[in-house]
Amino acid sequence: MRYAMAIDTKKCVGCSDCVVACQTENNVPIGFCRDWVTETVDGTYPNVTIELRSERCNHCDNAPCVRCCPTGASHFEDGGIVLVTHEKCIGCGACIESCPYEARYSHPDGYVDKCTFCIHRVRKGEDPACVSVCPTHCMYFGDLDDPNSEIVNVLKNRKFKSLAPEAGTSPQIFYLV
Amino acid sequence: MREEIFVSGRNIPNIDPYLNIWHWQIPTYLFLGGLAAGILFFAGLFFIMGKEKQMPATVKWAPFIVPFALVLGLFALFLDLKHKLYFWQLYTTVRFTSPMSWGAWVLMAITPVSFVWAASYLREALPRWDWKLKILKDFEKWVISNRIIFAWAMVILAVILGIYTGILLSAFNARPLWNTSILGPLFLVSGMSTGAAAIILTSKNHEEMRIIGRIDLLLIVIELFFITHMIMGFLAGSEVQLAAAHLFLGGQFTVSFWVFVIILGLLFPALLEILELFGMKVPIVLPAILILLGGFIFRFIMVEAGQITRYLY
Repeated sequence: MRYAMAIDTKKCVGCSDCVVACQTENNVPIGFCRDWVTETVDGTYPNVTIELRSERCNHCDNAPCVRCCPTGASHFEDGGIVLVTHEKCIGCGACIESCPYEARYSHPDGYVDKCTFCIHRVRKGEDPACVSVCPTHCMYFGDLDDPNSEIVNVLKNRKFKSLAPEAGTSPQIFYLV
Repeated sequence: MREEIFVSGRNIPNIDPYLNIWHWQIPTYLFLGGLAAGILFFAGLFFIMGKEKQMPATVKWAPFIVPFALVLGLFALFLDLKHKLYFWQLYTTVRFTSPMSWGAWVLMAITPVSFVWAASYLREALPRWDWKLKILKDFEKWVISNRIIFAWAMVILAVILGIYTGILLSAFNARPLWNTSILGPLFLVSGMSTGAAAIILTSKNHEEMRIIGRIDLLLIVIELFFITHMIMGFLAGSEVQLAAAHLFLGGQFTVSFWVFVIILGLLFPALLEILELFGMKVPIVLPAILILLGGFIFRFIMVEAGQITRYLY
């Protein structure tokens, strides 16, 4: 089992519904977010391209945050989901420094927090909150080891990229381009 | 032209617009850890070489600084933690892939050793000191007759501690300025240099000052070589590493790095020590203080600047 997400940059309109859904679902404190939307503009008018990306923790296969955590609070769950055990986290900040995506933040309660792929929903067979609310259905969540899953199908048929693969993290969020 | 913005309005404290999770606590600890490693290394080394009599400040007096430095450093580390009441989780596990876990355990070993070493010389420093309890007196006797074991432990642990202060940073591949393997040796040499400076400040023996001064001069030359090497490595690297080098070569840390670290912290003290070698009257306190300040500022700049460097995508 290997959970992953594919996000269609051609369908995303940048509405930030995924961000709000995540904040509501996961009780993210005000002023913080576990996912966010970026807009990258290339070129000058009239030759301009815009890429919209909904970004979050990449749940890397070779996660530097898990590697550098001194207590084992950052760990892999089933399906490669990277999680933080709050009661083990000492708030040293090493994982925040180690993340090339700046996907982690220091929760006001002290521990480090980040996207969990909504593991509480995934375990019940539901999609993560961000995926479930997307009005353009631009996100696909699923198991890469299941050949019949929608995500495997879409990655087979579309060109895709991941963010900063040169950081050696083997990220598991794929952007369809 | 390329422009990237957050359309969802992300502005997380200490992370946006650029990372600043580690403040003064980490460089303070890195400095104190390096200083302690330097002092203990020389104390152990010269004791093993049988120079206890000729080098009293190195072997006996400077190590009195170490327990204070380590306790202050550990306290700074504790202040850095955001989930403070859970700090003991560090000592429930050993994570081989995490430099911070290594560091926590090395500190656990070297701190008591430094206390015992200093305590075993306490009665020489304060002749009227009385340990009162018999068990303490017996322990002191045992330590004094087995100092060689402690000396070896100090030399080995000090090298691990000194290198670790650099590896702590170099293990983060997400921060291109830190992600260079030369940072371990560089911080080790810099820590030893600050240790030597502290020994010079505690010494009253001219011959001892001269020996440590020469060692310090050598360490400064090695440090300059490592820094040159580090920047050369960045300049021959990828775009993110070029951006890291640029912080010191025209970017926002150029002045602080070249003026306070390279010139005032390394070149000027080295020049003073060379002049002293040729017999000129130089107040030896001056280069020692400059080296200590330079070492402190160096760590501050590395921690601050490293957090700004990042991957671009």
